[in-house]
This record gives sequence, C-alpha cells and structure tokens, in this order.
Amino acid sequence: MPEERHYTASELLAVMSSRLLEDGQIVFAGVGIPLLAATLAQGLHCRGLTILFEGGVIGPNIEPGKLPPSTNEQRCTIRANMVLPSTDVLLLLQRGYVDVGFMGGAQIDQFGNLNSSFIGDPARPKTRLPGTGGGNDIASLVQMIVAMKHEKRRFVEQVDFVTSPGFLRGGTTRRDSGLPAGGMYRVVTDLGLFGFDEETRRMKILALHPGVTIGQVQENTGFELAVNGEIPVTEPPTERELAVLRNLDPQRLYTS
Amino acid sequence: MPGDGESAGGSYLDLRRRLTERDRSLHEKVVTLEEAAALVKDGETVGIGGSTLSRTPMAMIWAVIRAGRKRLTCARGITSSEGDWLLGSGACEHIVTSWFSQGIVWGISRVMRYHVESGGVRFDEWSHMAMGLRFRAGAMGVPFLPMRSMLGSGVLQQRPEAREMDCPFTGDRLLLVPALNPDVAFIHVQRCDPYGNAQMDGLQFLDIDLAMAANRVILTTERIVSNDQIRRAPDQTKIPFFAVEAVVEVPFGCAPHECSGVNEPLFRHMDYYTSLVNKDPVKGMAEYLEHYIYGPKSWAGYLELLGLETLLEAAKGGRRVSNA
Repeated sequence: MPEERHYTASELLAVMSSRLLEDGQIVFAGVGIPLLAATLAQGLHCRGLTILFEGGVIGPNIEPGKLPPSTNEQRCTIRANMVLPSTDVLLLLQRGYVDVGFMGGAQIDQFGNLNSSFIGDPARPKTRLPGTGGGNDIASLVQMIVAMKHEKRRFVEQVDFVTSPGFLRGGTTRRDSGLPAGGMYRVVTDLGLFGFDEETRRMKILALHPGVTIGQVQENTGFELAVNGEIPVTEPPTERELAVLRNLDPQRLYTS
Repeated sequence: MPGDGESAGGSYLDLRRRLTERDRSLHEKVVTLEEAAALVKDGETVGIGGSTLSRTPMAMIWAVIRAGRKRLTCARGITSSEGDWLLGSGACEHIVTSWFSQGIVWGISRVMRYHVESGGVRFDEWSHMAMGLRFRAGAMGVPFLPMRSMLGSGVLQQRPEAREMDCPFTGDRLLLVPALNPDVAFIHVQRCDPYGNAQMDGLQFLDIDLAMAANRVILTTERIVSNDQIRRAPDQTKIPFFAVEAVVEVPFGCAPHECSGVNEPLFRHMDYYTSLVNKDPVKGMAEYLEHYIYGPKSWAGYLELLGLETLLEAAKGGRRVSNA
C-alpha cells in the first residue's frame, strides 16, 4: 500500500471503476460500490449515462447522501424515468439494450466466474450464501465489470460454485454453453485493474494502482495471473473525483 | 421432478378449473387478518409479493405464522427477513427464490444459514429473471418460457426442473423454465376496493404476474377505497377483482419493511432484529417470535411494539417519494 494515501480502499475502487464507464452507456448496477461508481461517473464524464436497477427502475436520480440500500426500494424510484416490473427490466439485458453490468463480488476465479451461493460442497454446504439474485442474469447476458476487495480467499483458482458465469472453464466454454453474448470485461480491485486473455480467457493484470507491486498482487491472489509486457500504473484519484464521491456518500456508508 | 413440491400440480384443465371453481362475480370480500389466514392450508405453495424489504405482505405472513400453518412452500423473487420468520416459526420448509438474506447492509441471514445448512429446509435457487418468467409463464397459462441466462452455471446444475433445448427455429441454446402457479399469493397494495380491484404505487416487482399465476390472491391493503374511486382511474388498477379471494385492510401492513409512498423500512427495528437473530438464530429467533409475533393481540399491537416514534419516522421517509 502506498503510504500517506488520502483516500480509502473503497474510494479507490469507486473512482477506478467509474473511469471504466463511458458516456451514453446503459449500466445495470448493483448497490454499494457499483452504484456509487456509476453515479460518480454521471457527475464527472458521463452525463448521458443511464442506470438500471434490478427492482425495475430506468434512469433513477440518485440524491447525494440518500443512496438506496438495495436496488428494490422506493428510494431507487425517486425522479426516475420509468418503473417497470423486475422481470421486464431484466429482459432488457436479454434484448440487448444494456452495455455494462456492474456488480460487487464475494468470490471470483481465474476465468471470472463469481460465487455468491455456497462455500464448500453444495450438497452439504459449509456456508449457504444468499444466492444469485439477478447476478446470474446480468453476467450471462452482458459485458461485466466487477469491483471487489483484493484478498487471497476471494481470488481463487476455481470457485466452489458458479453462481454468475464468467468464462466458465476458459477458451470457448462460455459460448459453447449457450452464452454467446457478454462476458467478464474488467475486474477492479484496491490493488489494480484486471482483464481476460482473448484466447485462454484467464485473468491478466492490466494496470496496478500507485505503489502496488506485481508481487503484492500475486501474493493476494490464489492463482497465477497472466502478465503481458510492461504493466502501467493507474492515475491516483483526483481531488475532483474524491470531492464528488464524498458528496455522494457524506456519511461514508459505502466508502469508509 | 418438474414443479415438485411447488404446486398442487395436475393438468392445464385442472389449473383452469381452480379458477372457475371460485366465485368470480363483483362481490365484497373484506375479511379480518385471522379469517384470511384461515384460508391458507398446510402444505400449500404461497407466492409472496414485493421484493427484499419492499411491499412485503408482512401482516399476512405474521397472521399465517400465528395460525400455526405448516409445511408451506414459499416462492418470492427476492427473500428478506419474512423468510427468516417463515423458517424460524416452522411454517415453511421449502423456499423458492433467487436471493435470501435480510438485506445487503446486514450481511448473511444466520436464520437462513442455520435452517438450510442443517438440512431442515430446502432452498431452491433460481435466477431473478427465472423466477419472474416462471410466474409469467404461470400467468400466461403456458407450461414454460424460454430464456438465455442460467446456462452453463452451477445454479442450473442444481435445478433439474429446468430443461435445456435447442431452438427449433434458430438452433440457439435456450433454457426452459417451468411455470410456477402458486396455490395462493399474498400481495400488499396501497389501496383496493372491497371487491379486490387493486392499485399499486411504485415498483411492481413480480406481483402482477404472481397475482395472475396464483390460483387465488389474498390482498392486504393500506386502505380500502370505494369502487367509484377505482373507476375514476382504472388505468391505475393492476390486479383485477376476479383474481382476488379476500381483502384485508391493514395499515402499515409491510412494517418493518417499506411500502412505497407510505413508509420506508423501519431501519432501527431491522438493526435490532438482525442483531438479535444473527447472534443466535435459534434463541434469538424464538425470542422474537414470542415477543413480536405470538405476543401481541393484534397487528396494531405489533406496531405498538415497533414504537410510534420509529413508525412515524419511517412514514415521514415514505412520503418523501412523492415530494422529491
């Protein structure tokens, strides 16, 4: 970790992932860091970015300090463009209206598969986790960005259970399983930015955050990360990015 | 087996017969919460309206637990603390849902974990869109709908009830998810008339498909309005009277969850509740059931235990939605 950082790991995550979003995109966002990052992007370089919520909301107006604690409550609907049944907002993913799915993650593997269902054998789980929600639908149907803390127990060679599909077993296995669209695009962590090899579909390092070494990333990852050539360093969060972010979450509910 | 433990089963004609058996005339059907609970039978499949902490038919679930119902199968898009109540009380032994915890801010439900990990309860996980399309297929009167997610995942491996097929037109790989036609649906709305014409504000979640898929609907409502008032804005009516078996007026019927335009979640109570049951999913839950569910004489008594100040604060938040 770089010494004397004036931002938290969660703030770094929010800022770095907001930079991946582009103006004009339609983004299906989960709560927490994804929503914060999408709203931050709207306040900076993406005025024309549209957020969708799983509960059934198109284009909400997120008020600073009043971030909804789930994507299924009335706070998500305030001054939105449209509310619609949850099934129909999810069908927008299938129809192809959505550019990016944006979620957090509990456990990810080298092919970008996410697990939020079981720790241990599903038949006799050590821990039953909450499950997929719309995560599987989003990951199955559109290009994904995942923002998560970089820890060895979260970055595993193979997830215990594929709740939300990345590239499954790599290569063409995703497409062969009947998922021709979408796939894991970027993983953003507090250590760096990660993508997936076009052929093998294994996770690779795209960039490191300031002060982070490849060794440090590898130490916190349960599998071998691909490294191609010189690895660039990301620009640290700017004062403007941090100011807009802190205005959105003044109580630091999601960025402490 | 497709639909195993989820519905009374039977053929398409059986499904139709269950509707035509009911009195579908425009008649008054207002009952008490206790009378409504008596309409639910042990072992039935119950579709629960709302999602997560929103428009949950809490009062109806509370009443069904007090009535001592057993062996229910409960299906909902996303399950929150009402699922804890249903498992902890022993009313339900089979949950069909896409996600089950109290809410993201409170982490993982220990009540869900305790009952599922000990093997006492079956938790069938489907994707949220699959839940939605299962209710939609049920509402459409077709046995399944095709979709393009869940393929290749562990979620699908756990669900032999779903079938993969290649599209006869394009050759695309598709997943067929079976219709879900609950015996009964519990749905809470902001207003309806005594006949069951229901108007719903804010997010609809899966409720309209659920209402039309279910063999019958028990409506709880913040207030009963006249049929004249419904007829002044028929475009706002989302559930038709003939789908509805009973109507119960229950102000703050979603507490401690939210009801759009009426109240936000009672966050203070949810904090208290989750710390109680997540500390000890057996003793904590038993304490909650005893004090909050079996203890009060009426739903008003439950609200009294939640506290007037907490309730008014939530109501103030609820009204903000139309005043932003």
